[in-house]
Amino acid sequence: MTFSPELEAKLEKLMNSYPPGRKKSALIPMLMFTQDEVGSITPELVEEVARRIGIPTVQVDEVVTYYSMLHRKPMGKHHVQVCTNISCLLWDGDELYEHACKKLGIGHKEVTADGEFSLEEVECMGACSWAPAIQVNYDFHHHVTKEKLDEIIDSLKKLR
Amino acid sequence: MADLVNLTINGRAIQAPAGTLVIDAAKKAGIEIPAFCYYEGYSLQAACRMCLVEVEKMPKLQAACTLPVGEGMVVRTESAPVVKTRKSMLEFLLANHPLDCPVCDKGGECELQDMSFRYGVGESRFTEMKHHVDEKQWSPVVFYDGPRCILCYRCVRVCNEGMGVGALGIINRGEQSLITPNAEDHLDCDECGMCIDICPVGALTSGTYRYRTRPWEMKHVGSICAFCSDGCKTTLGVRGHEIIRGNNRDRSGINGEFLCMKGRYAFDFIEHPARLTSPLMKVNGKFEEVSWSKALEAAAKKFAEVKSRGGKFGIAGSTKTTNEENFYLQKFAREGLGTNNIDHHRSGDVVALVDALDGRADALAAMADVYTMTASLVIGSDLAQEHPLIAFQLRANNRHHHGNTYAVTKGPVREDKYAAASVRCEEGKELEAVEGLREQLSKEKELLVVFGDAIKGEAVGKLVAFGDSLGIPVKYICLVDYSNSRGAMDMGLLPDLGPGYVPVDNPGMTLPEMMAARDLDVLWVVGANPLARHELGSSGAFVVAQEMFLTETAKRADIVLPASAAYEKSGTVTNVTGECQKLHAAGRTMGTKPDLEILGLIAKGMGLNLGIWSSSNVFEEIRKSVRGYNIPLPIIATGQAAQTNPLSGRVRVTPRPDLIQSAGNTLFTSGSLGRYSKKLTSVLEHPGQLYRP
Ligand code: SF4
Ligand code: SF4
Ligand code: SF4
Ligand code: FES
Ligand code: FES
Repeated sequence: MTFSPELEAKLEKLMNSYPPGRKKSALIPMLMFTQDEVGSITPELVEEVARRIGIPTVQVDEVVTYYSMLHRKPMGKHHVQVCTNISCLLWDGDELYEHACKKLGIGHKEVTADGEFSLEEVECMGACSWAPAIQVNYDFHHHVTKEKLDEIIDSLKKLR
Repeated sequence: MADLVNLTINGRAIQAPAGTLVIDAAKKAGIEIPAFCYYEGYSLQAACRMCLVEVEKMPKLQAACTLPVGEGMVVRTESAPVVKTRKSMLEFLLANHPLDCPVCDKGGECELQDMSFRYGVGESRFTEMKHHVDEKQWSPVVFYDGPRCILCYRCVRVCNEGMGVGALGIINRGEQSLITPNAEDHLDCDECGMCIDICPVGALTSGTYRYRTRPWEMKHVGSICAFCSDGCKTTLGVRGHEIIRGNNRDRSGINGEFLCMKGRYAFDFIEHPARLTSPLMKVNGKFEEVSWSKALEAAAKKFAEVKSRGGKFGIAGSTKTTNEENFYLQKFAREGLGTNNIDHHRSGDVVALVDALDGRADALAAMADVYTMTASLVIGSDLAQEHPLIAFQLRANNRHHHGNTYAVTKGPVREDKYAAASVRCEEGKELEAVEGLREQLSKEKELLVVFGDAIKGEAVGKLVAFGDSLGIPVKYICLVDYSNSRGAMDMGLLPDLGPGYVPVDNPGMTLPEMMAARDLDVLWVVGANPLARHELGSSGAFVVAQEMFLTETAKRADIVLPASAAYEKSGTVTNVTGECQKLHAAGRTMGTKPDLEILGLIAKGMGLNLGIWSSSNVFEEIRKSVRGYNIPLPIIATGQAAQTNPLSGRVRVTPRPDLIQSAGNTLFTSGSLGRYSKKLTSVLEHPGQLYRP
């Protein structure tokens, strides 16, 4: 498998940022970067990553099935992650998640028909001080209200 | 030696070398700390929390399996908080566990049962539905029952680190976690069963043994694997006269708990439906079943008649029969029939090595050296396929002692992954490739040289000269194929050498010469299959075959005498590193006889006096008369390996590298014998496509 020149450059830098004998450390970032370009963690991608890092594919599967941020099916262009863990829950994160479901018309780990949005109920993202928090792709949004969520989604819709 | 650290465990003052784990220090002092995931020899996991102990001045309970001892440490392993936590840990482990002990294979041998019995509460606060997944078959030998799994990672580590295969992993997380095989729904692996063996519970079970018996219904017979020359000890689980399990859980013997698929599962050849159970004689070109007395009498009569008219015998011995049988056979040939026309299929040039080492002590390696020597050079063998135990010990050496391995082979080998250097070379160019490693090798403190049939004849001498020129201590292993290939040579199944590599006066015919001879009167084959490789030149030759199956050779025979298998007799065998070990009969097949008895009865029929044909008697004769075999009886009697040493000066015979060829067996083949193990052939019949629904 080959990736875009930009991604290849990024991966090369990644592989060189760990001390000798620690190539395995590159596994999680490599999966995330490549998932962004490929769209999801396909079986071919698992093999490619295993080959590049020099480990059996089953060890890549272990990581892919462990982390919820790694998806084996493609998610939407904008992947909306709403935290409902304890701090966010105290600030009505659960209602925020329900609202997001209605707004997008989809549920947990589902994708809108046009492929633009997907939704995921996630555990703590380390943004408790600014609860309730959501994350869209790699961007965090803090103190999110229903109105603010609508705004964020509407502005993303306009982007296309 | 590392500095000693003083600590207290349960009020007892203890000393342990710095770096020792608390769990090991306690064990040494006779204090048991319960553990599931901790397993000596493999990486630390700290997954099960069974080993939690209280350590003064540490705020929380500590995992004794990852905590090194510290000066002044005060540890308590049976205090109230520890006992309470242990009970909770067991309660957690049983939360989703099906508790189907009454039908579980592991019942009676299960570590979870034992721990629950000893440390558990006996009741659970969990009232939720148990999480269930169905049992899966991953290969002919490996089955996985997820709900029983306690996620200790032992199987994952033994496959990864011990086997160097890495076929198992853990997917998902939390209570959804499951062990998974490497090829989606099945395993593409060595099928060694090490994962099953090491599993503390009944989550991994074997296709051979599962649901066939309760462990306490078996008697356990320690014997030696019947396949390759590495000489693994195997404990056979026997019910009645049936062998239903092979493992080495007591870790006795040169292999510890290692066994490859052949040693662990391939004993099923003894009950193959094609097994011969009655003597056969050819009448008008067709086999007829006859009684033992009739068949033996006919053989003895024929031998006596050919002997009396000075006819020509050719005798092919076996690489799988015992030392006693081999010794008796050569004695029969030389003293009884007056011929040196005796040979066997040679797979490595041990003769040339014995010659080249010229009697120097300590130059032949023992199996233990593979694990301990600081550097090894492997030439011309794919060890993971052909010599699984040696490969396993080399990996362990690398993990535990950082031993350097150098591989000079035709194609890629498993050793490449951790080798200090891997060199690919064409066949016949090995010595040049080795020369290329000179600089690196001479920097080593010592070297173990393991070579296959690529190095034979003169090349062996050159290799030893190279070893000498390095200026470091060098030991050698000359690889041979089968369980007693080495013993066949040591016992003198050779036309030019008697027992102990002593040259004979009138060298006889080699195996190919016997096969090609147009005037051979009798071809006597004991546990070998020369007709699989050679044509029989003498069309009129009378052929007597002692065999377990109707092989190519047995089919051509005039008399076929059904022989017992290695698992059905007593005697000794000598492994690739010259270690002599004792067989113990575990099973029995009605109608067969051990080869030694067959030899004795034919001798008796001919009126020859070759001595009593009991294995202990013949072994005594071997100890007294064969060079290097004066080994201590207690070692042999207690099931340990006794080192033989045949070295004593040059062996002046004409080198015959042309006669040496290894069968190049894989993990799932073993010459003619392998074809009769359904377990082995089932792996080959479904390569990579096992058990799809
Ligand atoms: S049978 Fe052996 S090689 Fe296969 S998964 Fe188990 S430990 Fe690994
Ligand atoms: S299958 Fe057995 S060895 Fe493997 S993790 Fe589960 S309990 Fe441990
Ligand atoms: S390594 Fe050789 S001796 Fe050991 S179990 Fe396998 S075939 Fe038998
Ligand atoms: S609980 Fe939502 S970010 Fe921590
Ligand atoms: S034995 Fe220490 S955590 Fe498992």
